[in-house]
Amino acid sequence: MSLLGKLSLDAVPYHEPIIMVTLAAIAVGGLALLAILTKYKAWGMLWNNWITSVDHKRLGIMYIVVAMIMLVRGFADAIMMRTQLALATNGATGYLPPEHYDQIFSAHGVIMIIFMAMPFMIGLMNIVVPLQIGARDVAFPFLNNLSFWLTASGAVLINISLGVGEFARTGWVAYPPLSELTYSPGVGVDYYIWALQISGLGTLLTGVNFLVTVFKMRAPGMKLMQIPVFTWACTWANILIVASFPILTATLGLLTLDRYLDFHFFTNEAGGNAMMYINLFWAWGHPEVYILVLPAFGIFSEIVATFSSKKLFGYTSMIMANGAISILGFIVWLHHFFTMGSGANVNAFFGVMTMIIAVPTGVKLFNWIFTMFRGKVRITVPMLWTLGAMTTFTIGGMTGVLLAVPGADFVLHNSLFLIAHFHNTIIGGAVFGYLAGFSYWFPKATGFKLNAKYGKAAFWCWQIGFYVAFMPLYVLGFLGMTRRLNHTDNPDWNIWLYIACVGAFIILLGIIFQFTQLYVSIRDRKQNLDTTGDPWGARTLEWSTASPPQFYNFAKTPEVHSIDAFMEAKENGTAYAKQAEYAPIHMPKNTSAGVLMGAALTVMGFALIWHIWWLAIVGFVGTIGIFIVRAYNTDVDYYVQPDEVKRIEEAHLKNVAEVAA
Amino acid sequence: MSDMANQAAHDDGHGSAKSYLIGFVLSIILTAIPFWAVMTHQLSKPATVVLVVVMAVVQIIVHLKYFLHLDFTPHGKENAIAFIFSAVIIGLVVGLSIWIIYSANALMMYM
Repeated sequence: MSLLGKLSLDAVPYHEPIIMVTLAAIAVGGLALLAILTKYKAWGMLWNNWITSVDHKRLGIMYIVVAMIMLVRGFADAIMMRTQLALATNGATGYLPPEHYDQIFSAHGVIMIIFMAMPFMIGLMNIVVPLQIGARDVAFPFLNNLSFWLTASGAVLINISLGVGEFARTGWVAYPPLSELTYSPGVGVDYYIWALQISGLGTLLTGVNFLVTVFKMRAPGMKLMQIPVFTWACTWANILIVASFPILTATLGLLTLDRYLDFHFFTNEAGGNAMMYINLFWAWGHPEVYILVLPAFGIFSEIVATFSSKKLFGYTSMIMANGAISILGFIVWLHHFFTMGSGANVNAFFGVMTMIIAVPTGVKLFNWIFTMFRGKVRITVPMLWTLGAMTTFTIGGMTGVLLAVPGADFVLHNSLFLIAHFHNTIIGGAVFGYLAGFSYWFPKATGFKLNAKYGKAAFWCWQIGFYVAFMPLYVLGFLGMTRRLNHTDNPDWNIWLYIACVGAFIILLGIIFQFTQLYVSIRDRKQNLDTTGDPWGARTLEWSTASPPQFYNFAKTPEVHSIDAFMEAKENGTAYAKQAEYAPIHMPKNTSAGVLMGAALTVMGFALIWHIWWLAIVGFVGTIGIFIVRAYNTDVDYYVQPDEVKRIEEAHLKNVAEVAA
Repeated sequence: MSDMANQAAHDDGHGSAKSYLIGFVLSIILTAIPFWAVMTHQLSKPATVVLVVVMAVVQIIVHLKYFLHLDFTPHGKENAIAFIFSAVIIGLVVGLSIWIIYSANALMMYM
């Protein structure tokens, strides 16, 4: 047993030109970034204002930065796959060898779900939820910082797998027996396990944190059925997180025991049962897709109400629909494996349950339509994303109802029809939702508006690109093409594979426009400042603060009497009221414990992947040690003095008055 | 901030010495009865099994009420609902999993 476990210089894939070029690009980019940070002496600012920050708004922005970076990584995988499949027709081999291609589709799935969609959703939730309920921060600010660094830790591990060793070749679900030691002897599955375990812990802590926040820290007067609809949607998602993520942790724990300690929960031998893994994985996996999409539904609800200049149609039915989806979401998971062979009764039960979910989802759709009906609809970028999602998600939902028929599923299982379906719902529902929320709340989080021209260009490229890229996959599914093929030899498929590849490049344009929009907007920020804090004429409390919000959110905790608390205040003329007196505000202090614990856990994860046992112990003991030191630290809070609050508040009110004049 | 959440946690009702005593005595009785049934063979075997299960379930409820203070007063309602929700989800996931794996197993062809 060497001191470095299984790790040696052979772990670096020198012979893979694509990976080496990517690594070189990352290295050059990384060095450039370090040089810029050093040149502008930004290290202290980065450490004090961001890395150690416990401010939910800054953590939210950092989550979204992670999501954007991982979007680029995950999309690079996607476009490589589409190009490979367009080149490797008629028996040609293409440019990606199978063992590399397998890692790419596995990484694409894991990254897009766990490290793009989840951080994006949690980032928006961080920025918006405390503001919407009139709270000064989340219930446990340090825990919130720790959650972020655990997510970042998982993302770091998965990116290390690019240059050191390999990633899983099992698909993003890592079904045994393929993911067992016998068939995956390398470190790929171990990277998968530890990246998911560490980031999953972060997600679970976020869920607990935000549940406590919403149930215990609402503004005085805000009843449960007066919580803004986005916060309600996130609350249901958090309930699902708390109920389902432990299942994933336990399942991966069992797989870990199989791989590390020679257990046989899911092996072919010694009484193991691989089907149990599939069952447990989806008992988490299906709630997980609702965790992704429910907050997106909440975002659409906020946007539709704001830009129709009307209150949301059917608030109560919207909350109830969320609840119905959340509970039903726990009794449909078998539809991911109808073909496993549990028999007709089981399949019939889960098929029917799956179809029933279409009902509450339909309720939401009609609520949005009725909200727009006879409203003054303003077609802004967030509204475009919402309208795009309403059409696209509906198509995805309907193909889902089709797949919920077990008989149809036996034909379409694991075909490209399935791939088209879930991209149709996840891109058309969740990702469009996050991008809608991104452009909607961007002025709130940063203080300036996004460039609408590039935003519209990005939307149309995404929207058109999506249809061009994924509608052919429905056809290919019907033509019998299965997923995860490395190359094909069927002339009937070729044309559709070419079209899909074109679609991927149109989406690429959309992403380029998205980043151009960011660049242009940051460059021209002085001309697009949002000085009022309410750029859209919106309805909920987050818009009553300055943009970006004061670090303490609210100088005086608002009193809430209705669902659209800020709209009510504006109509009564009580918004922007001047306070005579300000009280001191109790705030949490920044802490480096979160980032240090994240770093120690990254070390532990890396060591466990490579069987460097002494280093794993160092990482684990370090994590616990840092936590104990933090637990004994009593200097964790301070008071903002009234004169400082007064100065900040009066500056904001002066801005608002200037715009109104 | 966090102290608000802590405060809320401290407000939760803790039982009085009397209620803990009632819970304790009830638990002892509910343990003693099945213990007696198993040790002395006074009842038939199926009756003993049923008795043990029924007493166990009753004891769970006693623990929830007297030791975990779950009730439906306006103050305790949130905890009780959260508990019931968790129990339902666990019941669904475990119950349906057993059904799924049992059905798959029943249809397996063993070599």
